Amino acid sequence: MSTRLRRAAARWSVLVVVVVAWEVAAKAVPSPFFPPPSAIAAAGWRAWFSGPWLLTDEARTDVLPSLARLLGGWALAACAGVALGLAIGRSRRTSDYVAPLLAFGRAVPPPVLAPVFLILFAVGTPMQLATIVVGVVWPVLLNTADGARDVDPVKIDVAVVHRVAGLRRLREVILPAAAPRILAGLRVSLSLALILMVVSELVASTDGLGHRLVVAQRSFDFTAMWAAIVLLGVLGYALNAALLGVERRVLVWTR
Amino acid sequence: MGANPSPARRRRTTVAVRGAVGLLAFLAVGEVVGRSGLVAPELLPPSSVVLARLAEIVGDPAFRADVVATVLAWVISLGLALAIALPAGLLLGSVPGVRIATRALVEFLRPIPSVALIPLAVVLIGQGPGSKIALAVYAAVWPIMFNTIYAVADVDPVLRETAAAFRVGRGRFVARVLLPAVAPFVLTGVRLAAAIALILLVSTELLVGGARGIGEFITQAGSGGGRMDLVLAATVVAGLVGLGANALCTAVQRRWLSWSDVP
Amino acid sequence: MAPMLEVRDLVVDYGDGTRVLDGLSLAVARDEVVCLLGPSGCGKSTLLRAVAGLRPPDGGTVLVRGRPVDGVPDGLAVVFQDYGRSLMPWSTVARNVAFGLPRDLDRPTRAARVREALGSVGLADVADRRPGQLSGGMAQRVAIARALACRPTLMLMDEPFASVDAQTRADLEDLLLRVRREYGTTVLLVTHDIDESVYLGDRVLVLSPRPAAVVDDLTVDLPSPRDQITTREDDGFVRLRTRAAERLRYPDGAPETPRA
Repeated sequence: MSTRLRRAAARWSVLVVVVVAWEVAAKAVPSPFFPPPSAIAAAGWRAWFSGPWLLTDEARTDVLPSLARLLGGWALAACAGVALGLAIGRSRRTSDYVAPLLAFGRAVPPPVLAPVFLILFAVGTPMQLATIVVGVVWPVLLNTADGARDVDPVKIDVAVVHRVAGLRRLREVILPAAAPRILAGLRVSLSLALILMVVSELVASTDGLGHRLVVAQRSFDFTAMWAAIVLLGVLGYALNAALLGVERRVLVWTR
Repeated sequence: MGANPSPARRRRTTVAVRGAVGLLAFLAVGEVVGRSGLVAPELLPPSSVVLARLAEIVGDPAFRADVVATVLAWVISLGLALAIALPAGLLLGSVPGVRIATRALVEFLRPIPSVALIPLAVVLIGQGPGSKIALAVYAAVWPIMFNTIYAVADVDPVLRETAAAFRVGRGRFVARVLLPAVAPFVLTGVRLAAAIALILLVSTELLVGGARGIGEFITQAGSGGGRMDLVLAATVVAGLVGLGANALCTAVQRRWLSWSDVP
Repeated sequence: MAPMLEVRDLVVDYGDGTRVLDGLSLAVARDEVVCLLGPSGCGKSTLLRAVAGLRPPDGGTVLVRGRPVDGVPDGLAVVFQDYGRSLMPWSTVARNVAFGLPRDLDRPTRAARVREALGSVGLADVADRRPGQLSGGMAQRVAIARALACRPTLMLMDEPFASVDAQTRADLEDLLLRVRREYGTTVLLVTHDIDESVYLGDRVLVLSPRPAAVVDDLTVDLPSPRDQITTREDDGFVRLRTRAAERLRYPDGAPETPRA
């Protein structure tokens, strides 16, 4: 525990040093493109967290829609990816039939999905949701399929001998055995979902943090732009940390 | 058994046939849905129309120039990222204090979705290919550098001691021990970097006019004319480009790094 | 009364066409402990898989209590060689032991069965740990408890003590002899260790290299209860292990070179 604390302290002190250095440099050589961190923090606070109950109206139109799309799309992709991955991983026949399609689907650079779904759904949340779901389903799906395929055959024998079949075998043998891979896939998908959330909102949106970035760019408000970038980074960091926490609890047995 | 083909060979045939059947079934479903009238054909054209459009644009020199522009930008940004990240990673990874600091910094920079920098980069650098390459390089540097630093820290101490025992010089140590030892990790980093670089390139092309590329083509076909057939055909090409890059990485791994068990 | 297990002319091929078992026959009576002693790779484990209904035979029949095996027979339990692979590392010891219990048991009965099985292998106090936190010998005892909890009439064991150290192995052998008396279980145990087969078995079937055939059927008439020290010194034990070693070495009949 103490080493973990020490490591965390080292990490955060690096961040503090970098932020202070940036602050000093920005004050010494003012540039409109690189405002000092204090100004960015102040702008972000004013815009989103100075409301009567912490959140401002702007936070409700910038942050909440983005967060909802991100988490909703990721959750849908996670469910679909795990379900399809299990089906594909446990059946060689199914896996044979869909292998070329999977290889191709994974290879499509996900941002091009945004224009596709823009035509299909027009501007709005369905378009962003579809872009995120179809874009981030692959890491979960492929990792789950690998994990389900590689379950130790001895464990399957044990299940057969003890007449543990169907849903119970899935729940007590296959899912836990594949869990480390599934969670690794979920983590990759989460960071990809954040990227696609931003891209899809940059391509076409009337709200969300991506839209905020576009508005700030058009009005040359670089402080607001940096505030949105930093907030996205904080969101990404927090979500990843939360998922790592879940992973530590779920995978206690691997340590 | 005699005349029968070997089980391995039979298995390969089965895989190929089933894969083809799966692909054809997918196209057939696309065709039926497209022609059924459930969805307007402008929104979801049948497979045959998309394939015909695919043949058309592949023959179109302007589209081919778009593809070349994207692939070229991809190769340039990966080359630049490698040229920056590999030496930096080797250097930073060799000094424990710096290594910890760099890892911490990367950990805070990594969660920031690099695509959020697109609007800023466009204002800073302009609308030409410069900004998309700069963004792709920025995004691609991190995975390569992170993996290199990790690999340097992870080089088997026995290798270091062996090299020291044989009085191997600094330069020879880097060339004969360090580089081969980190190569598999670097390649893993390059794979990650290739994926994220392509995301940045295509996103920038989608969002910023004036830079040739597959993304630009898709934007014009999409928001310009609502031509779903062209958008889907170009998407197929983008997927094929990605497939080609994957195959290239796998080939490199098989040819030069088959001794390693790093995936 | 039909024997507990009867294997008639069993034929099993691998996927690539290699014949692993070619017309193997054997029988195991009720309450017997029969050890299958054979060289590595002779097809012992394949035989067990066929008996357990995990692999349909390519020829011949397997009868358990006179009924042909089609799927996993009732009242059967298996202890696999590698506890690291056969236990579920994500479940507690108690849940691992409960894994094979019939679905229709109510909660208190299940808990009682788990307690009883863990008690008889001497692991009552580790019910809430996970397999990864146990030593190899303890983990294999969990695997045995999982089999016992099902109250099996026939227990198949595939090299059950091959992955533990010598001292633990002796302890586990005695544990097996004790619990199979308590539970009245018929045991078919596969091993490549000559001493172990003689020490544990009521009968030892010596198998030839692949494709395996029974080349000898040794009845072990040693005083009961057996003991790690005195039984192994017994003249009968020494005679039997020499005989088994000879048959293992020269399955086609020993060359005429009597030892001094």
